[in-house]
Amino acid sequence: MSSAPVVPRPVTPVPTTPQERRPVQPAGDSVRNWRLRHRIAHGAAWAAGIFVIAVTASIMGFMAWKGLHYLNPSLIWQRPTPGLAQGDTGGIRDPLIGTLLATFIGTLFAAPLGIATAVWVGEYGKPAKLARAIESAIEMVAGMPNIVLAIFGLAIFQLPFFSFLSFKAQGGGVYGRSFIAAGLIMSLIAIPLIYTATREGLAQLPAKLREGSWALGKTKICTIRTVLLPQIRPNIATGIVLGMGRIVGDTAIVVVLLGAALQIDPVGDTPGLNVLRGGGSTLTTYVYAASPAGEGNAPQKAYAAAFLLLLIVVFLNALVGWIGRRTKNSEITQ
Amino acid sequence: MTSPPRLRSHALSATDDPFASLTDPAASREPVRRSTSDDGAALPPPIKRVVLDRTPRPIDPATDVVAPIAKDQTLGPERLRIEHVSIGYGEARVVKDLSLSIHQGEVLALIGPSGCGKTTFLRSMNRLTEQTASAWREGQILLDGRDIYETELPRLRRKIAMVFQQPNPFPMSIFDNIAYAIRVQNRKTPGKAEVRERVVDSLRRAGLYDELGGDLDKPALRLSGGQQQRLCIARAIATNPEVLLMDEPCSALDPRSTAVIEDLIGELRESLAIVIVTHNLAQAHRVADNVAFMYLGDLVEHGPVDQVFEQPRAQRTRDYVAGVFG
Ligand SMILES: Nc1ncnc2c1ncn2[C@@H]1O[C@H](COP(=O)(O)OP(=O)(O)OP(=O)(O)O)[C@@H](O)[C@H]1O
Ligand SMILES: [Mg+2]
Repeated sequence: MSSAPVVPRPVTPVPTTPQERRPVQPAGDSVRNWRLRHRIAHGAAWAAGIFVIAVTASIMGFMAWKGLHYLNPSLIWQRPTPGLAQGDTGGIRDPLIGTLLATFIGTLFAAPLGIATAVWVGEYGKPAKLARAIESAIEMVAGMPNIVLAIFGLAIFQLPFFSFLSFKAQGGGVYGRSFIAAGLIMSLIAIPLIYTATREGLAQLPAKLREGSWALGKTKICTIRTVLLPQIRPNIATGIVLGMGRIVGDTAIVVVLLGAALQIDPVGDTPGLNVLRGGGSTLTTYVYAASPAGEGNAPQKAYAAAFLLLLIVVFLNALVGWIGRRTKNSEITQ
Repeated sequence: MTSPPRLRSHALSATDDPFASLTDPAASREPVRRSTSDDGAALPPPIKRVVLDRTPRPIDPATDVVAPIAKDQTLGPERLRIEHVSIGYGEARVVKDLSLSIHQGEVLALIGPSGCGKTTFLRSMNRLTEQTASAWREGQILLDGRDIYETELPRLRRKIAMVFQQPNPFPMSIFDNIAYAIRVQNRKTPGKAEVRERVVDSLRRAGLYDELGGDLDKPALRLSGGQQQRLCIARAIATNPEVLLMDEPCSALDPRSTAVIEDLIGELRESLAIVIVTHNLAQAHRVADNVAFMYLGDLVEHGPVDQVFEQPRAQRTRDYVAGVFG
């Protein structure tokens, strides 16, 4: 028990009109009474916050200004073509489709795998050693640089066994690069996010829900499907959208496993499958290629593509926020 | 069948279990553990000291365990028979060599101080204790003469239904809550019409149907606590079980909802055997035919309700009952 002297609180008159009501502040707790060190730290914290906002705002503002300037419908519908002058380079249709396609394929594999793994580890988890091993494996994958995953993927998909997934040269060499190969490896960068979100969702469900279902004679799997998973749908959705964000922003895997060719380059004659077996590019590699850092001959289009990329990511982030808010308001979480 | 009101003029103390706090040093630690073990249930009521006419004395557990006296012959056929059952977690033995039997049409109240193993015993009857990794069990539990380990688990649990302390309806509509219970796993049979009929029937038996005014698509979580608990009872009896286990079903409810549920127990007993755990001795007195008093894992006394409350044969029962009836 410290024996701080008891200072009587100054009696403030009860405010009579709404305008007079101010947030309650402890008497004497005004910045002016703080020690110098605390005032400096306080000021620095403010400045850091403002700085972050300023940086974000300038990125957004700059990209919007450039992007809106150069982005137009014809750019989106035209195919990109190699050209020396900016006017000859066409649009960004193929990279845009590439981004959507890669994200779709990656999510298609990542979602069931991530959810199934999380359900197994969270609801069964026996033998415990295996569960722990899976847990750390997923953490490890989450920490791996994309380029490492990409190189590994290339080594795998160039095996003769996987020749059906990509282009096979006359001599028998397997190219190893295709949308399906890239999508499969991209799913690896989304799985940890989906896994974690599902795990957390399951962990926060009260035991009484499970026991209530088991006590009705329901098997574990039936309980999971009918009672648990519907409950954590928002968690899963958040995980999936975060995973999509990771895939959209990836560059390394696209370069190594998609070939980063300007145009989508179908392999074989089967419609649909030929695109999956072929290579292409995404907005990220297109921005690089078109910018002065790459070929450098279409900087305006690089800005337009970068802006579009930013829009997609901002949209995904907004989606995450929206899902989160919607859950909080619903009664499911009580 | 309605039993005449048996509540006597004993003044009831407000507390759950004052006696435990006097005799059992572990009991004073209990509230902290209890609030976590019961799924985040509300904190236990503050312990009120009750002045006993005698100082309770620790008793050698073996000396006053009393064999059950002859059963009331008016009851239906025997449903559950528990033979020398011991249950524990790891090293700890929580239920010790417990034997009793439960008949159709009987309401058996399990009473005893906190932590004496009532919930553990109850949960072992529908094999929910298996869910705890460290739990073990000795002895035999027979349902209609068959070991419960010989029946496959889903079937067993449809025969031995359970109602929990906290109402736990699923976050679905009222209809789906009960339809989920009726369907075997997620099979589509029985068809919609039959399911609907049985849902309505269960809700009627649980005394909830008229209150709902036909709105079965309302989310179950929008019901009041008492209604939710009755929904859980409706859900539990929807599979036409033979035994209904109730673990302090009224402890989270107001007196009115409690009274409704007690009436319901009186109506359900004809077709079922009911085992109810309660800390409320007045409630045990009102609803039960037989009472089993447990203390630190021992079944101390088991007999008709009037005998246990009025002429308890074991010293510990006398102390427990006296402590609460003050
Ligand atoms: N999952 C568990 N793991 C280990 N020990 C447990 C577990 N559940 C209960 N116990 C212990 O078993 C003993 C009996 O617990 P139980 O829940 O059966 O008591 P209870 O009679 O139902 O008590 P209450 O009246 O407070 O509900 C307690 O000492 C408790 O600590
Ligand atoms: Mg209990």
